[in-house]
Amino acid sequence: MTELFAFLLSGITVGFVYALVGMGFTVIYNSSGIINFAQGEFVMAGGMSMVFILAAGVPLVPAFALAILLTALLGILLWKLTDLSKDSSQVSLIILTLGFAIFLRGLAEVVFDKELHTIPSFVGDGSLELYGAILSYQSLLIIAVSILIVIVLWLFFKKTTLGKAMIAASDNVEAAKLMGINIKRILMLNFAISASIAAIGGVLLTPITSTNYEVGIMLGLKGFAAAIIGGLSNPFGAVLGGLILGIMEVLVAGYLSSEYKDAVAFVIMLAILFFRPGGIFSNLKAQRV
Amino acid sequence: MKTLKLSRSLIILAVILILIPFFMSNDFYYEIVIVALFNSMIVIGLNLLMGYAGQISLAHGAFAGLGGYISAVLVGHFGLPPLVSIGSALVFMALFAYIISKPILKLSGHYLAMATLGIGVIITIILNSEEELTGGADGMSVESLTLFGFELSESWQWYLLAALLLLFILWLIENLIDSPLGRILRSIHDSEKASSSVGVDVSHYKSIVFVISVVIATLAGSLYAFFSGFISPQEASFNHSIELVVMVVLGGMGRLYGAVVGAFILTALPQLLTSFEEYQTLIYGSIIILVMIFMPKGVISLFDRFDMGSHHAKS
Amino acid sequence: MLKAEYLTKRFGGVTAVDDFSFRVKKGTIHAIIGPNGAGKTTLVNMITGVYSCDEGTVWLDGADITNTATDQLVYRGVCRTFQHLEVCGNMTALENILLGFDRYMTKNLMQVCFRSKRVREDEARYTQRALHLLDLIGIASHAHTKVKNLSYGILKKLEIIRALATSPELILLDEPVAGLNPKETAEVAALIRTLTKDEVTIILIEHDMRMVMELSDYITVMNFGKKLAEGTPKEIRDNPEVIKAYLGSGSF
Repeated sequence: MTELFAFLLSGITVGFVYALVGMGFTVIYNSSGIINFAQGEFVMAGGMSMVFILAAGVPLVPAFALAILLTALLGILLWKLTDLSKDSSQVSLIILTLGFAIFLRGLAEVVFDKELHTIPSFVGDGSLELYGAILSYQSLLIIAVSILIVIVLWLFFKKTTLGKAMIAASDNVEAAKLMGINIKRILMLNFAISASIAAIGGVLLTPITSTNYEVGIMLGLKGFAAAIIGGLSNPFGAVLGGLILGIMEVLVAGYLSSEYKDAVAFVIMLAILFFRPGGIFSNLKAQRV
Repeated sequence: MKTLKLSRSLIILAVILILIPFFMSNDFYYEIVIVALFNSMIVIGLNLLMGYAGQISLAHGAFAGLGGYISAVLVGHFGLPPLVSIGSALVFMALFAYIISKPILKLSGHYLAMATLGIGVIITIILNSEEELTGGADGMSVESLTLFGFELSESWQWYLLAALLLLFILWLIENLIDSPLGRILRSIHDSEKASSSVGVDVSHYKSIVFVISVVIATLAGSLYAFFSGFISPQEASFNHSIELVVMVVLGGMGRLYGAVVGAFILTALPQLLTSFEEYQTLIYGSIIILVMIFMPKGVISLFDRFDMGSHHAKS
Repeated sequence: MLKAEYLTKRFGGVTAVDDFSFRVKKGTIHAIIGPNGAGKTTLVNMITGVYSCDEGTVWLDGADITNTATDQLVYRGVCRTFQHLEVCGNMTALENILLGFDRYMTKNLMQVCFRSKRVREDEARYTQRALHLLDLIGIASHAHTKVKNLSYGILKKLEIIRALATSPELILLDEPVAGLNPKETAEVAALIRTLTKDEVTIILIEHDMRMVMELSDYITVMNFGKKLAEGTPKEIRDNPEVIKAYLGSGSF
């Protein structure tokens, strides 16, 4: 029982990180229809930047802000590139973001290095004991911050004018333009937000799992899986998707086979795509023959 | 009208391929060209899928790799002759592709991309994990290819095989594109509603193209395994799948000979970049970005002014 | 020839087609009219297998074709055109028509890849017939023009002869003159009239009242998904219910 609980806690922790990646992914998709394959790289950028900024002697909080800011700027750079592209077909944009992902990886290789890095926990090495299972303070921080981000985003989109404008823009671009909403700026903001969320996840996760230039690949892919499980049209579905993913992964690794742990995300994703493409929350649409 | 209709582009390519050996000063160059030839084959199939049928696949690296592994395992672990192994791999992958095509091709756009991605990654993970059979992450060695008692060991022999096979495949696919079948594929890409309104079973044809593209990938992947004498999960990796997709777009989507151009360029590129060492990935990524921004119709669109009469979905 | 009974289709809370029944006689031009949103296109989609029927049955010459897929119906002689033009823009006019003949041409993989004699013969024979059809609407000279470069009016006509290429017994025309000017409308009307000479049955969905009155042998009126009235053009023209439904829209 303790073991199960330990697994659950571990799964929830990593699940929230997947959720953050997935949420950033749906935010961009909902506003621009772009599948951002570089999302995982934003996670990596956040983590790696944090490592090196801290190593440069900058104190924790400013370092955090700086790492997030840098990644947000990278997000804006990506937005600019998609804006410049002469061909906005799905395939072209997918490849453009894939190219950007490779670019970021290469950049990390050059600016940083290929080594594995870690940083000390932000809240000390202590941990909490719950029903015999151990939850480190860092994990607790991840969970807390993730929930906070979800709440902030929810408030932003539902309550603020800017947030509501963004939802409107994603629903109907023409109408939004007529109402004077600056689409470009909204898109840019969306990319910045997505990148920031991913970066926060990356920074928070580093003390637990370490980071290196390649860490973005799998994280990005699993973040997509989380988003698809939760439903691409609903940014908050990714939260549930991420949690399901994280928990299932840990359970499979613990009770079945640790080698196939990584496959869990994709098996679930495929199941959803085949049976409920709209995600877990979707209703079956009007039947076609 | 003769049965043998050879297009201008095919002849030009044949001439180029005949001339290449005269520039090959050592085995290393041969290796690059041969790999490029194999990649070209896969990319032609993928191009058919993406450019003509409009279906994207992020798993073709996995399919090629899986095909290669099946051949390698059948020869290495079960002692079957190479041709039989390759043949079996082709049959197996054709069936496999047909079965998964049914649910997958109901999806469209990003969902299809994601589904293929998922399948590709799962294949890679399986190949990595089933160590007894596949040698795991370290890969396994593959015996050399013996065709009808004749062992292919020299570079020029492989070159001959690969070049002839490529030309043959191109000829077959050209005929396919010009036929009612090719027309149906293009119509599906343009308007599924229009084509089903005149009797086209859209799902059936999407499956056919998918199977064809996977079968070609399997063949190329298998031959590559025999050629390099070694196969590792890298062949089936997501990175390889992306490379293949970039080759399609680089060459020009829906442009048959563009596929060959794209494959050659992207196969040669890493070799040209090795002198840049740690900047390799950075430059590679930058190139992809720049091409997508400034040349989204592919490199072959630059040749359009010369009207090569090359085969293309008129886009 | 065609009999539909109790057809019903619901989308969420809206009943788009409600207990709709009607019969079409062979060789006639049977129009279905009604105000916008009456459910006409939904009806066509139900008959041609694009939408599933929640309730009801469709018979073709006595055979049950309810919920048969669109492409399967072509082999039973049923073809349709689209209200919102569905053509293959990147293909030439000739290729779009050849598409209609593809059902007769071999698509066997071996034959196709090796360009067998059968393939070449098919191509020659059907190209001739396709050109003949293009000539019917006067665009034989544009045979090799990409369809996306041709005008809307031409394309509306193209869809009709494409349907003809499948040798249909029943064609459902969904608003074939929507967005056309009077001259083009007259050309399409003439085209439709020539279709019946070949014993083709036509179901015509249209808003243009004059054309409907002139062309149709029989009319069914639809409103809010239900059948409002049925009869010859004269009967419909004098029907007070129909006039009421159309008050303020269309022209008699």
